[in-house]
Amino acid sequence: MATKMPKVPVVIVGMGWLGGIIAAELSKQGVKVVGLERGKPRATEDYYMVHDELRYAMRYDLMQDLSKETITFRNTSKMTALPMRSYGSFLLGEGLGGSGIHWNGQTFRFLPYDFEIHSKTVERYGKKKIPDGMLLQDWGITYDELEPYFYKFEEVAGISGEQEQTPMVGKRSKPFPTKPMLKTPILKMFEDATKKLGYHPYMMPSANLSEQYTNPDGITRAACQYCGYCERFGCEYGAKADPVVTVLPVANKTGNFELRPYSNVVEVLHDGKKASGVVYVNTVTGERYEQPADVVILASYVFNNVRLLLTSKLGKPYDPKTGKGVVGKNYCYQTNGGSATGFFDDKEFNLYAGAGSLGMEIPDFNGDNFDHTNLNFLHGAGIRISQTGQRPIATNPVPKGTPTWGAEFKKQSLKYANNTLTVSPQGSSLPWQHHYLDLDPTFKDAYGLPLMRITFDFEDQDREMIKFMASKTEEIMKEMNPTSIGVSNKLGPYNIVPYQSTHNTGGAIMGADPSTSVVNSYLQMWDAENVFVVGASAFPHNSGYNPTGTVGALAYRAVDGIAKYLKSGGMVV
Amino acid sequence: MAEQHNHQPPDRSRRQFLKYSGAAISGAVIGGVIGGAIAGGFKKKAPAPAPTPTTPGGQAAAVADYNQATMYFTQSQLQITQAAVERIFPKDDLGPGAAELGVAYYIDHQLASPWGINGREYRTGPYVKGEATQGDYQSIHRTEVFNLGLIAIQDASMKKYNNKFPDLADDQKDAILTLLEKGDIEVINGITGTSFFNLLRTLTLEGVYADPLYGGNKNMQGWKMRKYPGNQMSYTNIMEKAEFVTMEPMSLRDHIAH
Ligand SMILES: Cc1cc2nc3c(=O)[nH]c(=O)nc-3n(C[C@H](O)[C@H](O)[C@H](O)COP(=O)(O)OP(=O)(O)OC[C@H]3O[C@@H](n4cnc5c(N)ncnc54)[C@H](O)[C@@H]3O)c2cc1C
Ligand code: SF4
Repeated sequence: MATKMPKVPVVIVGMGWLGGIIAAELSKQGVKVVGLERGKPRATEDYYMVHDELRYAMRYDLMQDLSKETITFRNTSKMTALPMRSYGSFLLGEGLGGSGIHWNGQTFRFLPYDFEIHSKTVERYGKKKIPDGMLLQDWGITYDELEPYFYKFEEVAGISGEQEQTPMVGKRSKPFPTKPMLKTPILKMFEDATKKLGYHPYMMPSANLSEQYTNPDGITRAACQYCGYCERFGCEYGAKADPVVTVLPVANKTGNFELRPYSNVVEVLHDGKKASGVVYVNTVTGERYEQPADVVILASYVFNNVRLLLTSKLGKPYDPKTGKGVVGKNYCYQTNGGSATGFFDDKEFNLYAGAGSLGMEIPDFNGDNFDHTNLNFLHGAGIRISQTGQRPIATNPVPKGTPTWGAEFKKQSLKYANNTLTVSPQGSSLPWQHHYLDLDPTFKDAYGLPLMRITFDFEDQDREMIKFMASKTEEIMKEMNPTSIGVSNKLGPYNIVPYQSTHNTGGAIMGADPSTSVVNSYLQMWDAENVFVVGASAFPHNSGYNPTGTVGALAYRAVDGIAKYLKSGGMVV
Repeated sequence: MAEQHNHQPPDRSRRQFLKYSGAAISGAVIGGVIGGAIAGGFKKKAPAPAPTPTTPGGQAAAVADYNQATMYFTQSQLQITQAAVERIFPKDDLGPGAAELGVAYYIDHQLASPWGINGREYRTGPYVKGEATQGDYQSIHRTEVFNLGLIAIQDASMKKYNNKFPDLADDQKDAILTLLEKGDIEVINGITGTSFFNLLRTLTLEGVYADPLYGGNKNMQGWKMRKYPGNQMSYTNIMEKAEFVTMEPMSLRDHIAH
């Protein structure tokens, strides 16, 4: 039996970036909000001993406890999915601030092309260019409509970047709130090389504050110290924008926000048309609670957003055989591979120093910024160099042919510890009819609910793209003039073991048509008007960029939708 | 004595950091170390660095390291591990090897931690062998993998050379480890030598380079060999420098307020 709590206007499931944004904005408007987070509360003080590669980067101290819950995976529906028992391909967030605590802070906007990918592809290349089975779909919103929301997120977080921008990326209404990060010698080498080749390098937009900054909510944060312990770590200076140092203090100050940590939501209650609240389990005591609410917001990352819909039987599950149904459809990822590594025998760089989003990128081969007429793939990749701090356990590059252990390995790994640079693509991932999320028939979580099952693989589209990108990264690296280069232009099947990126997308996608999407452009559910499903789960495909800038923009847009709904009810589009 | 004059007590490094970052913001900082530093959390005097006993030749005298005892291994397991990791990361003219760096103790301490019994991993069955893309699913704990793996190494040494692994010549040890790496020495059904070897190799690098608090990387010598400065408060002032900057490393110990 669940203890019934007093009804509230809004309940949010998951307190990462998106839960935090929505809590702050609604509570500022005077709306009472309860935030349920399965993990523990967090504060910047917790990161005082954070410069510890083993504990945080190798043992995943800040990430989800997989003993309670994980995902299962298979490449194709012919295989039996098996659980990801230990961490690999991606790292799931848990605790106040979610992955927003241990992200890098690389904060891009998706391209105008992305939001109208189907129309624009057909317009330029004709319908035949889209292969059978590829479920390319417009997002139901344009870049221009989303622009003010992009800026809103950037302004709150204090995103840094260059004033001058190439027209290859979406036009900005206002400059970045803070100046670009420092341009290190490595970045200059990349800049010179790419400019010589006729490309358009720019400093990566960064959530590691480039200078002291006060945001519109009056929150002041100190500048990044380039400490080199950023990705997978919390920032002990509060310099990296994360929910705990930006949006959550704002929510707390209003007096309208109540955070309940250690609260794992197991069900969305509904009558088939509208939700009436959620059920959660206190992870410490095991007690069950029912939290009634006028509006239910799912902000529990891609997997639990989709999983809660499916286990609660809300919305129409996707069937990959018929292509009918929507929940679980268009699962995409990020296509990494094709990087070029340069060994600079007679140079040394201060590679131990860096910041999570210190880097440069060229947009020339991303989206539709280049002609695909004679290419066997669509979309592309951002090609970049980054200096995030090379920590010694994880970074031991050696030239090809070097043994992996013993005296020679030791010698070479010490020799190349401070002079190996990599240029790598971060590739888009496009949707296919046979890539999807559903409930695993066998494996369950600690609360008895089925795990999310991923069916996903890389396709020829991805292999062609990586081959093409590898030729570009090699060209750039050659121009940077290393002693020797290693390039790999082959992309194998998708493998759950090596870390790639925590950029999972889709499953509860947005669109203008209820028969092909779960939510509208305010992330309001077509099948339940008082449920908003917020996150990269809403992406109909993934671009060649990190997702959070775009996810943040969508969250601010969802806030407008929720506010409208609270006033007048009904579908807000 | 580099140790002494480059050792930055916590309060000094933090004040320097405040200076660099211009972070003495009037009361506006939310939480964090800066707030803590301002609030006096690190203003307490750090004790003077412990005097390092020296011999007349200027060499640091050996001081007992009370961390170097086992929490998990038997003596013989420790010796086999020690011998194996030293071959993976041997002593040479560039610096100490895994044995001297305390890697075997590091591994012992890790096995005694929740990680040794796969504490934060999904452990619900059924355990099914899948495709390579689905990962290497072991149904037994890492501690047991080690128990069986070390026996497999010892047995293979006895069989091939009629001698215990720690007593083999270097090239013989390498031959055994190569067989293990190739999977020619089977540890137990399902756990090939290859995955045990990979575990051993990963742990060796961890023990060489993890913060010394874990029992390896003794005196930060792992870091020093590759000019890694450990953890410092700030690199802002070197980011644009063209030349390589070598610093005396700092460990987490340096950040403890006394
Ligand atoms: C190492 C790393 C580096 C990254 N770097 C970048 C980067 O540079 N740029 C970029 O754009 N993105 C990056 N990302 C991705 C980025 O962190 C995510 O896109 C972003 O944090 C997602 O925010 P979210 O609020 O949707 O989800 P999360 O941050 O995952 O938050 C979801 C929250 O919901 C909680 N939750 C889940 N299920 C339940 C439940 N049933 N009940 C209650 N609570 C629940 C979780 O505990 C979690 O706290 C990175 C991610 C990682 C792991
Ligand atoms: S690199 Fe900068 S933003 Fe990242 S953790 Fe260090 S100080 Fe914080």
